Amino acid sequence: MNAPAANVALHDCRDAFVATLERLGEEDRNVVVVCNDSVGSSKVSGFQDRWPERLINVGIAEQNMVGVGAGLANGGKIPFVCAASCFLTGRALEQIKADVAYSDTNVKLVGISSGMAYGELGATHHSIEDFAWIRALPNVPVIAPADRVETAAAVAWAKSYDGPCFLRLSRVGVPDLLPEDHVFALGKADRICDGGDVTLIANGTLTHRAMTAAALLKKRGLSARVLNMATVRPIDGDAIVEAARETGAILTCEEHTVFGGLGSAVAEVVVDEFPVPMKRLGVPGVFAPTGSANFLLDEFGMSPEGIAESAEALVKRKRHSD
Amino acid sequence: MASNLEQIANWIRRRDLQSVYEAGAGHVGGEMSVIDILTALYFRILSVNPEQPQDPDRDRLVLSKGHTANALYVVLAKRGFIPQDEISTFLKPMSRLNGHPNRTKVPGIETNTGPLGHGLPVAVGMAKAAKLDKAAWRTFVITGDGEMQEGSNWEAIMAAAQFGLDNLTLIIDHNRLQQGARLLDTNNLAPFAPKLEAFGWAVEEIDGHDMDAICAALSSETVVKGKPKCVVAHTNKGQGISFMSDNVAWHHKVPDSVQYEQAMKELEGTAS
Ligand SMILES: Cc1ncc(C[n+]2csc(CCOP(=O)(O)OP(=O)(O)O)c2C)c(N)n1
Ligand SMILES: [Mg+2]
Repeated sequence: MNAPAANVALHDCRDAFVATLERLGEEDRNVVVVCNDSVGSSKVSGFQDRWPERLINVGIAEQNMVGVGAGLANGGKIPFVCAASCFLTGRALEQIKADVAYSDTNVKLVGISSGMAYGELGATHHSIEDFAWIRALPNVPVIAPADRVETAAAVAWAKSYDGPCFLRLSRVGVPDLLPEDHVFALGKADRICDGGDVTLIANGTLTHRAMTAAALLKKRGLSARVLNMATVRPIDGDAIVEAARETGAILTCEEHTVFGGLGSAVAEVVVDEFPVPMKRLGVPGVFAPTGSANFLLDEFGMSPEGIAESAEALVKRKRHSD
Repeated sequence: MASNLEQIANWIRRRDLQSVYEAGAGHVGGEMSVIDILTALYFRILSVNPEQPQDPDRDRLVLSKGHTANALYVVLAKRGFIPQDEISTFLKPMSRLNGHPNRTKVPGIETNTGPLGHGLPVAVGMAKAAKLDKAAWRTFVITGDGEMQEGSNWEAIMAAAQFGLDNLTLIIDHNRLQQGARLLDTNNLAPFAPKLEAFGWAVEEIDGHDMDAICAALSSETVVKGKPKCVVAHTNKGQGISFMSDNVAWHHKVPDSVQYEQAMKELEGTAS
């Protein structure tokens, strides 16, 4: 394990989520929480203490949970439907499609402990298909914040946005990356490191790993651009085309299967608009073995060193294709 | 006879607790509540053979409350399906003993569980397969009581009654607690018996920590012809450890060293 660096403070983004949620709850009594016996794992006990009647715990029943969320939205509420991302998106996918996306209800889907945050619990609890599943649906923005600042900004944005969205949060500690005054803009990537030899595109728990990889590459004489691509849908096509044109190679990194997630979304733009060599890092289409999220990310070639090596190999491919 | 089972269950409780303590994770409360049922099944009721875990005529056991996998691993090790040494790899990197049971890796496991509300529908399919073959093997499935809030269970309950699956036994581990609270304060399903009866099942209520009662309720002699059977097992989450028993805090809390010593002492005190 060589990420994250031992001396950097790490934060559980759920804390930023619930702090913002409570602030929004104070401002607007229509903000309600719906959950599935997940008060603890969603960290919404503070919200429950303050507004017990606005914390709607349906029990262990995710399909019902999403349906109830849609009904609450119909009645003028602004439901934040919070559950482990694997159960929210997997179990209730048809409710998300029909009751939320297709019916265009103002439901905020909040997938907690996404990716491989529940590493040792096994593949049932890994949520590494959720980008693909939700991204396949029209009308649901898909957002994976990279740190606590972006998490707070995305939650505030979700409240102000009139329509469904999916926030994909983790519990795995991440360092601060974005400036305190960061404002979330849907579908806009942030260039958090300038570079011209290759572009690293990441989001969520992978952004800080990509940043560390960029620092390693710099020492080896390669300048890597890093795009934090929190919004997976609608994807920032302009930033991708610009990266393809200006750096000639794109490496994507995600805590998700390589089938259908961030890498696929980027590749769709690259193929259609400006083909350049690409490599997609992620879980390579397997049910992951036992291990913590950080262990598994390293195993799957997404340690900063692993990312840097993939970037170097990609740059070589670029030279060959010149 | 039962006292022998009690001794085995006591050993399994201690090994389970040690494993959770050493791994620093696990679902100790729900494990303590289900261990007597698992022990009765694997050491008295089930016709299974560790030498031939895939024997087509074996009885099937589905642990639908898959978060208590560690208890099943310890039982499977004690019964000879996996080496006892292997229990110490629970949750370790690359171990096949992850937090929820995986049939593709661990012999003796019939279906992968973890998301609640999956085991009963699969068990209905198993029992139906036996009926199609006019085979004698039986299917048992254990669910948590909170787990019964999943709608999929009630779809399966309807199907099992419609199909007349008297070779199927559902055991509800009724410990009155779910993850974050009591069922009573979340989504109360109790009493279970009249609901299952209304759906056409034969129902029996037992003390889920009384070995004689468990064995009697699961014995083939108490099958009701033409009806699936539900055993509502009244249990305690954290059974056998005073400060865990019936305490919602212990769903997946891990004991510190002082608590661990005390819990072990209590369990050793009841070992004969
Ligand atoms: C579909 C699904 N939703 C949520 C969870 C998270 N979860 C794991 S255990 C648990 C509580 C289970 O309570 P119960 O069924 O009563 O089991 P026991 O008391 O025997 O531990 C929950 C909500 C899950 N595993 N699967
Ligand atoms: Mg229970």
